[in-house]
Amino acid sequence: MEHGSVTDSTSSTFSIMEEDHTLANSVRFVLNQDPRVAFCGYSIPHPADKKVNIRVQTTGDPAKDVMKDALQDLMVMGQHVRGTFDKAVADFKSNMPAEQMDVDSNHQ
Amino acid sequence: MARQGYVIVDYSDDFSDTVDDDSDAEDARRRCHLTLAPRRDGSGVGASSSHRLLFFDLPSSLNTPAACLQPRSEREVRQGSIPKKDPESSMDIDDAPAQPRNKLPDHLELQRTRVVCKADAPTHTEGFQYSGAFAAMGVDNSVSVEKFCTDFKIKINRLTEDDMEFDMIGVDASIANAFRRILIAEVPTMAIEKVLMVDNTSVIADEVLSHRLGLIPLDADPRLFDYISNDTPSERNTIVYKLHVSCAKGSQRLTVKSGQLEWLPEGSQLTIASPAQPGEKPKTYTSFGQSQKKMSERPLGVKYEDITIARLGPGQAIELEAHAVKGVGKVHAKWSPVATAWYRMLPEVVLLKEFTDGDAEQLVKKCPVNVFDIEELGNGKKRAVVAKPRACTLCRECIKVAADKVKVTKAKVDDKDKADGKVDEGKAEVDDVEVEPQIELRRVRDHFIFTIESTGALPPEVLFKEAVKILEEKCERVISELS
Repeated sequence: MEHGSVTDSTSSTFSIMEEDHTLANSVRFVLNQDPRVAFCGYSIPHPADKKVNIRVQTTGDPAKDVMKDALQDLMVMGQHVRGTFDKAVADFKSNMPAEQMDVDSNHQ
Repeated sequence: MARQGYVIVDYSDDFSDTVDDDSDAEDARRRCHLTLAPRRDGSGVGASSSHRLLFFDLPSSLNTPAACLQPRSEREVRQGSIPKKDPESSMDIDDAPAQPRNKLPDHLELQRTRVVCKADAPTHTEGFQYSGAFAAMGVDNSVSVEKFCTDFKIKINRLTEDDMEFDMIGVDASIANAFRRILIAEVPTMAIEKVLMVDNTSVIADEVLSHRLGLIPLDADPRLFDYISNDTPSERNTIVYKLHVSCAKGSQRLTVKSGQLEWLPEGSQLTIASPAQPGEKPKTYTSFGQSQKKMSERPLGVKYEDITIARLGPGQAIELEAHAVKGVGKVHAKWSPVATAWYRMLPEVVLLKEFTDGDAEQLVKKCPVNVFDIEELGNGKKRAVVAKPRACTLCRECIKVAADKVKVTKAKVDDKDKADGKVDEGKAEVDDVEVEPQIELRRVRDHFIFTIESTGALPPEVLFKEAVKILEEKCERVISELS
């Protein structure tokens, strides 16, 4: 849910249910790296509520668009992390010396 | 495409003296010392009163922060007009020693990329996240996804069936922490949630026994199962185990192990009601449409068969049926797929001065994890080198070595002074000497040594990929909610 003003789209608070520091802190990081963002922060109003408020103030672009771009960027970063990780695991497995490998695992 | 921007203009320069054929915006931008300030209409953070805000359109060539944050001098040299400098504007970046473009001075670069661990506490732990943190110095601190993708690296150090360690380089702590939190609390597994107790005459109470059963790691891939949404257990969301053990009268005490849990691929065997018509299957606590045997190559047993569940005395018995369902660690730790998932930043040990001969040996001896080693210099001299910084636990013993050494020297000098009769009593009593540091312990801010220990349901490399996928799903959900 977005809390913003009708006249000024450059600053908004996004209230996200069922999320915590995991998403909010990552998104805050990505938003802070965006040159269009003037201010960004998040809070969890009550530790018993499953809810975070993410505040975004921009230098001119609509806050909602900037927020969506940040989430999109985070997704792209995740895809890249998975790709890099897959490659690293494949490299590691192919370079592993033969004696370390469990060659009998299929003949138990 | 033009893009709107805001600048803080320093009016300390005289505007009128260099008006030439440039347009107003060009002229204004040339004089800007800071860029990208928040709006002053009340919604943003207020700018300081000594500055005025100017509003203009940036030409597309200056769209990137790096371009619009160039040091003023370079642009002016290119344009061939150097305005008169006001001697009073001491904060002018032109007065700073010449820095290569887009490079921070060394001390700031250190603060940005390292956490320095001093004798009492670490400093600069927060880092600089804001993209415009160094705007005034003409350095762009923003990170684009493209830059992240080129800088990001992963190197596997260890990978076994149930644990792994890898280096994750070029990522912020907030992202690394998100992966860690998801691994612990949000990657699903299967665990025993419901126990139907038929008979329990052992000394261990029903609820304690059920709790112990819940914590047993199951060798079942959670990706094959759905969450149990309503209360109809089926082959898609429930795994059923049976435990029926008894200790005969007059025999030895018996230990019940997790391996004695028997998987029931056809579902529950406990009947709720007898069949309405003879020949029909009796109604049980689960309604399996088909056998689970086809779902997985391996039987859906327990991961470790030697976990003690209970001990039975002569004449005692346990008969129960346990139903395992899919869940996540934030609901109950029994669903957490990892024993531990943790990371640490890469330690960096820097010798600020050379340690030779005796000093070197003393330093090597002091370090409990053998970070330092001795290098022979050839002419019989020895020198301490940092051989294994990765092993550093930040115990700070080496910092103490350096400090102790200076204290000893100081004490000797004081003794000599006393003997010579040149003693200054007040000075001699000071034993806490301000010491110039000789070793610096640092941590590399964007280099994480990540360790995952799986409980067995999924191998650790699969767990990590699942965790990243979950973060992506979270983003996707919020994007669709905002659209």
